[in-house]
Amino acid sequence: MKQKTDVPQGTLALMVLKTLDVLGSLHGYGIARRIEQISGDLLAVNQGTLYPVLLKLEQEGMIASEWGASENNRRARFYRLTKEGRKQLQVETKDWQQTAALIGRFFTAKAEDLS
Amino acid sequence: MKLLKRFFARLSGYANKRAQDERISEEIEAHIAMQTAENLRAGLSPVEARRQAILKFGGREAIKEDYRSERGLVFFDNLARDLRLAIRMLRKSPGFTAVAVLTLAMAIGANAVVFGVLNALILHPLHVPQAESLYGIQHGNDALSYQSYPDYLDLRDRNRSFDDIAAYDAAQVGLDTGGDPSRAWVFLASGNYFDVLRLQPFLGRFFHASDEHGPNSAPYIVLSYSYWHIHFQDDRGVVGRVVQVNKYPYTILGVAPPGFNGTLVFFNPGFYVPLVNQEQVEGENDLNARGKRFIFLTMGHLKPGVTKAQAIADLNSIGSYLEKTYPKDDDQRTFTLARPSLYGDYLGKPVRAFMTGLMFLSGLILLAACANLGSLFGARAADRSREVALRLALGASRARILRQLFTEALLLSLMGGALGLWGGFVLMGGLSAWQPFSRWPAQLAVNPDANVYGVALFLTLASGFLFGAFPVRQVLRTNPYEIIKASSRGVTGGRVTFRDLALIVQIAICALLVTSSIVAVRGLLRSLHSDLGFEPRNAIIADTDLSMAGYSGARVPQLQKRMIDAVAKIPGVQSVGLIDWAPLVSGGNVNSLVFSDATADLRQSNAAARSFQFGISPEYFHAAHTALLAGRAFTWQDDENAPRVAVINQEFARRVFGSEAKAMGEYFKRPDGTRLQVVGIVEDGKYASLTEDAKPAMFVPFLQSPRRRRISRCALSAIQRN
Repeated sequence: MKQKTDVPQGTLALMVLKTLDVLGSLHGYGIARRIEQISGDLLAVNQGTLYPVLLKLEQEGMIASEWGASENNRRARFYRLTKEGRKQLQVETKDWQQTAALIGRFFTAKAEDLS
Repeated sequence: MKLLKRFFARLSGYANKRAQDERISEEIEAHIAMQTAENLRAGLSPVEARRQAILKFGGREAIKEDYRSERGLVFFDNLARDLRLAIRMLRKSPGFTAVAVLTLAMAIGANAVVFGVLNALILHPLHVPQAESLYGIQHGNDALSYQSYPDYLDLRDRNRSFDDIAAYDAAQVGLDTGGDPSRAWVFLASGNYFDVLRLQPFLGRFFHASDEHGPNSAPYIVLSYSYWHIHFQDDRGVVGRVVQVNKYPYTILGVAPPGFNGTLVFFNPGFYVPLVNQEQVEGENDLNARGKRFIFLTMGHLKPGVTKAQAIADLNSIGSYLEKTYPKDDDQRTFTLARPSLYGDYLGKPVRAFMTGLMFLSGLILLAACANLGSLFGARAADRSREVALRLALGASRARILRQLFTEALLLSLMGGALGLWGGFVLMGGLSAWQPFSRWPAQLAVNPDANVYGVALFLTLASGFLFGAFPVRQVLRTNPYEIIKASSRGVTGGRVTFRDLALIVQIAICALLVTSSIVAVRGLLRSLHSDLGFEPRNAIIADTDLSMAGYSGARVPQLQKRMIDAVAKIPGVQSVGLIDWAPLVSGGNVNSLVFSDATADLRQSNAAARSFQFGISPEYFHAAHTALLAGRAFTWQDDENAPRVAVINQEFARRVFGSEAKAMGEYFKRPDGTRLQVVGIVEDGKYASLTEDAKPAMFVPFLQSPRRRRISRCALSAIQRN
């Protein structure tokens, strides 16, 4: 059986930031659902593992949180991106794109290109 | 920055841990509820919907644990848990705890006290500014530092290495403040003394070099802080008051700062008097006598940039100038520098050696205690091997278990250290208040400072880690499977030899300590029972100081004779003798060079011996039970008008004349050229210390030495027997 890919912590944090960037204020469940949808169940996210990551991001000042009411009027904690978080996201997005582009070039490179 | 922010966030998280715990629980509940609702909409049964939601969420407890470790300070969390467990474990075995804490308390307390004394004596002895550049000048050939006043002036004025050079001598005077006269120890200090030491007065003013205008020109007193505190009750009105010193009027100028107790550690003078007033204070004017080295110590701050070697070279060039210019008085004038606080190397070297030895011994005591506790601790850990195995089997890491053991060890050592330090403080307080010699103002303020605390804490932690380290190997080797299967105490190899090693170390150290204690005690007993050359039992010494009452010159021996007669009449008194400085009592013994009769050039290097010198009354030998081996004792006819005579001890006879038989009736010379005839020989004795080797001593009739500096200061000790 093919194993689902484990998510490295840094990647998960970046996904959280991007999700909040796109969707604005969101509770934990919403973030988890969103990541699940986008990854198309490719990532084996134990949904709970999200919460320590959220806490870490909050401690670093990337996101802020407050209590609010969910769609079905449940008390839930809502997370939103801070100014600092947005800046960090831009920096990391750029890093990722550079890295991805670099790796991409390596993978598409053919022997004759190198000669 | 980021790290710091996180740390504070974590710190606050740690502080309101309960609120945070509730928050995560609530978030998880909300999450699961939302997922359940989603599953219901997808058509699952309520029970199944919730089950799936929980499954999808993952291990709730694990996540909470992750969350917690992300949130708070795991270190403190674990520490608190370890501490609780450690306290429970120690409480479970109160016997072990008590023994361990007491052992450590004694060992650490002993170390703290010894280090406290070391700190006070050697590391931070003088409370003066820039003490590190302050040096005492001592002789190059012996470790003494006596100087004569003219030599001091030459050193002060001709050197180019010191900012300035101060001099002092210690003396005892009679002080009359109007009520009852009392004796006090003073420093006869050069006018620049306080300026050289860079001190500021606590009250009033100091005397300065500008106050000196020749002999007896500066009748001023500067009180030490503690003397002012004790004898003048902190009365700020003392400044300007006139008091009587040896019956001469002296004006109190001011009070020295607290903490400054003179420049000789453990000798605390009551007040300071200008050196130029020596005649009034000590009864004799030696300010112009180049041969009379009565100044106790000279010292000064090296100029910035001048090294010790340069200063010594500078002083030595002055020394050779003095040798050339005053060949009779100044012989072999070379110098070295040493710390002034312990009288240069004379006391400094033995004190340093002694304290280092003591520190070493107390360190050994601590090491033995650690070895002892270490093996106890190892045994305890062995008893707990099943517990350890169980915890390992349940997933605890070995590091975590070791941390727990170390927490226990450190808790023990901290309790022991705290108790030991407390005991040490009590002892140090006692030491600070202790005045071992009633005659001398000897007192050492052992105040625990940051150094002492630091060393105590260091020793405490070090010993905790040391004995806590014993079970480490054991834990690292524990195989949980083997031990639980064996279901009895698991014995792992290697441990036995390790503990045996500890035992061997412990026994070796203890043997060393016990042996050295026995040697010390035996040495002391032998000293106490050695032949003193006089009989201290049933003897009473009456100590008087005639200078207080203003007696001087020829009136001194007259009064002394009357006193002898008066004491002899007291019922029960068997015999009375007088001696200027009783052996072993005063410490302020008088040394004199002696020359063979044939020596014409009476310079130091030609001396036949250096001998103690005592002025005694005719009955002294009888009263002191000093055996007269040959010849005669003195009579009242041996006075100023009779030929000079002396009674010598056996060692003197051997050194100067070759044998006792050859000595009788022979002559020898003193540095001033007077010829003395040997009329008697007495047994050897102890004169300055119990441990000294046989030393030459001579006794002269006190009627023939009234001008001798110290006797004219009129110390009279009557030895009576009843």
